[in-house]
Amino acid sequence: MTVEAGLFALILAAMLALLQALALPAAHLLRRPGIAGAIPAAAAAQALAMLAAMAALIHAFVVSDFSVRVVYENSHTAKPMLYKVAAAWGHHEGSLLLWATLLSLFGGLTAFWRQGLPAAMRLRVLAVQGILSFGVLAFVVITSNPFDRLIPAPMEGRGLNPLLQDPGLAFHPPLLYVGSVGVSVAFAFAIAALWRGELGPGWARAVRFWTLIAWIFLTVGISLGSAWAYAELGWGGWWFWDPVENSALMPWLTATALVHAVRGIEKKGGLEGWVVLLAILGFGFSLLGMFLVRSGVLTSVHAFAADPLRGVFILGLFAAIEGGALTLYALRGHRLAGRVAFAPFSRDGALLLNTVLLTVACGVVLFGTVYPLLAESLGLGRISVGAPFFDATVLPLMAPVVALMALGPLMTGGRDSLKRLAPSIGIVAACGGVGAGLGLIWSGAAAAGFGLAAAACGGVGLALWNARRRWTRRRTGMAFAHLGLAVALVGITGGSQMAAEAIARLPVGGAVELAGRSFGLVEVREVPGPNYIAMRGTISVTGAPDLTPEIRRYETPPQTTTEAAIRSTLGGDTYAVIGDPSPDGTVVRVFVKPLLPWLWAGSALMAMGGALALASGIPLTRRRG
Amino acid sequence: MIGRWTTWAPLLAFAILLGLVATRIGKTEPPLPSPLVGKPLPEFALQRLDGQGTLTPEAFKGRAVVLNVFGSWCVACIEEHPVLLEASKSAEIVGIAWRDDPVRTEEWLDRRGNPYSVVGLDPDSRAAIDLGVTGAPESFVIAPDGRVALKITGIITPEIWRNQVAPLLERLK
Amino acid sequence: MTRRRQRLILLGVGMAAVALAAVLVISALGDSLTFFYGPSDLLARPDAATHRVRLGGLVEPGTVSREGTMVRFTVTDGKSSLPVRYAGVLPDLFREGQGVVAEGRLTPEGGFVAETVLAKHDEKYMPPDVAAVLKKNGEWRAQQ
Repeated sequence: MTVEAGLFALILAAMLALLQALALPAAHLLRRPGIAGAIPAAAAAQALAMLAAMAALIHAFVVSDFSVRVVYENSHTAKPMLYKVAAAWGHHEGSLLLWATLLSLFGGLTAFWRQGLPAAMRLRVLAVQGILSFGVLAFVVITSNPFDRLIPAPMEGRGLNPLLQDPGLAFHPPLLYVGSVGVSVAFAFAIAALWRGELGPGWARAVRFWTLIAWIFLTVGISLGSAWAYAELGWGGWWFWDPVENSALMPWLTATALVHAVRGIEKKGGLEGWVVLLAILGFGFSLLGMFLVRSGVLTSVHAFAADPLRGVFILGLFAAIEGGALTLYALRGHRLAGRVAFAPFSRDGALLLNTVLLTVACGVVLFGTVYPLLAESLGLGRISVGAPFFDATVLPLMAPVVALMALGPLMTGGRDSLKRLAPSIGIVAACGGVGAGLGLIWSGAAAAGFGLAAAACGGVGLALWNARRRWTRRRTGMAFAHLGLAVALVGITGGSQMAAEAIARLPVGGAVELAGRSFGLVEVREVPGPNYIAMRGTISVTGAPDLTPEIRRYETPPQTTTEAAIRSTLGGDTYAVIGDPSPDGTVVRVFVKPLLPWLWAGSALMAMGGALALASGIPLTRRRG
Repeated sequence: MIGRWTTWAPLLAFAILLGLVATRIGKTEPPLPSPLVGKPLPEFALQRLDGQGTLTPEAFKGRAVVLNVFGSWCVACIEEHPVLLEASKSAEIVGIAWRDDPVRTEEWLDRRGNPYSVVGLDPDSRAAIDLGVTGAPESFVIAPDGRVALKITGIITPEIWRNQVAPLLERLK
Repeated sequence: MTRRRQRLILLGVGMAAVALAAVLVISALGDSLTFFYGPSDLLARPDAATHRVRLGGLVEPGTVSREGTMVRFTVTDGKSSLPVRYAGVLPDLFREGQGVVAEGRLTPEGGFVAETVLAKHDEKYMPPDVAAVLKKNGEWRAQQ
């Protein structure tokens, strides 16, 4: 019964979304403004209906109702409860339902956001969200109904893939979804602004608030995903420039640019057209990501199985939403052009330049991601664009971004002069020089990475010092986020430029030397697990506890997984994996990744900074005026 | 002026991207080719359901047969079952009961009819791994010389039997 | 500062950033692209030896052997086969008879030295690149 109720709630939500989308034009046409008053209620009801639908699907997984096709295909009674729940979104239909639920939820929450927004703007924002929800819900109902029944019901499910049973894999996709769906709010605000022909009061504040939420979730989701790949895939890498990773990175880059650009117009206006465009592009990248993951046009380790019909539908949806938005922008974008002039050499100027650089970097990521399609269409053969391309293009573009991030907050809001700024530049450059000097011990790239990180730290410290009398939550948030990026950069640089690895086939008792330490294979023995048998290697490390990587063999379904052993300290990671034991020894692969844990710490700092800045956007006490 | 046409640039870029992606859609390949096709059937030795020794590929050497992987837990197999029952009047079908309890298999066949000339038990996927079985049902058409002539993933529908399996068996005889 | 002048500056900055990106992209495309080949294509291109390429196909059953840390196996597309050497731990989903993508270089002696070996998360799924190579060489039998 709950399954039918779920399907009913899903269809109800689609109807409510349609109502939400059409009420405003209807009110206008029938000259009955009262009709539009139903819009916020419809948005809230739609969110509740979708929560009910999602709850019904999760319930079906929890009770292992194998009469539901997706449960049969993706779950199993022997699965631990955590993974039964996570299996609810671990496949195409369920993940799409989650996506749609989050979209409705954001729509419902925006209905409660008043914050000085005129009614005309609020209703338009909700109407746009109604259109988005209806499109996605139609896609769910028509091509990917998660509540499909199987008759007769099977006794047991088929989904017991042990490789996919990992807490990181269970929870990073939903976080990423919250982030990429969250960008839709800014999109709705952008379209509403184009529709009205002006931004009006309260617009920038709302866009900043919702985009920051999305940005925080994207930051956390991307770092958790990377941490999962690092710990679980056993390659010692954490970012592969895989199309699916890129499709999470692109909304993150645009959301970062948007959060910064909107700050400029919040105070005095100026870049309205650019901000609106960024908001449109941000959600466009989210949709593109969804399309790339689900249509199977690109090769990726994360892709869902291809289904051309779904691909066509989703492409149509993408074309309609993004094409419509950009057409509207082309026709009316110039009306939003700022009336306030700003000085190029100023804090706002630096901010603008950074948003441009971030957007261009995003464009490069997009180009690299779809280049294989372009090459094949042009008959250049099957090509894959990998890490070398992205490293050679994106990193040089991000270097000035970090430098500007260090200097920008030190500049004045109005027109600044080089003379006034010179001492600050001197201090930041000195910090950078120290970092770069240290980095030179390893490589030029390490010098660049550590130099930029040190310069950024110097800039953040100096900005905090300058603002010591005007301390605000927002400033602290910014300092945290910028510091987080610097710390993450230290981790990235150390983990790649100072890293070393060794691989050897060792007999028990043998050892391999790496980075001045000896890694000895003490023993390899069978250890039974709850539903697998593990081959556990014990590897002694000079001056540190033993590492115990495993190979796990599962019986049903037959599958082998590698469990890396990672020991993290502030100074870095030691990481070991073992291969199949054989009579002439066991393959042991060890990595030393200095400073890599700083990457995770830096990401956490960034997210915390975002949260602090977010808190400054919520009026905890009602202000006068 | 400058502003007037720059607002069109994003739309233009988007149209190019869309055109590019649209040309690629649906060109991806359906999954599941089998590397086994054309190769000899992997060796296996399975307990027979009737308890009379083991089932090996030797048992049907020299005859064209259909090897069907099924299980009493498998819903799709129920759907496939009538097709196999009908087909078993004119062809030999060998069953592999995969990841199943012999008692349940027995019961299942009693209730629905038995299309198989012989059934081998593969509770721990020994043969299934070698055969590259990803799910049930899956079927292999085996030529008299022991080579795999065709692999069918999923249900053998009456159409598939009529258009692919039956003509192939006829040719192999 | 007039609005017109401001716009010009904006446009100039945007153009400069795009131009920088274009230069980076073009120089990177020259030397960091990885072409994707099946064994037959790769053997037919002697010049491919100088580039880093991705080799896709099926792991030929019975060809996987280990010797020290070195794993040897043969990748086939049904028409030609190419021996591959790889020093490392194979991915979890590496199996005989399954699709695989190896990234590395062709040696002058005609073998292939892989630096990375990839397999898919989902064992039911064939990477589109691999499927295309197999299809081209007739190894593909579309089913149903």
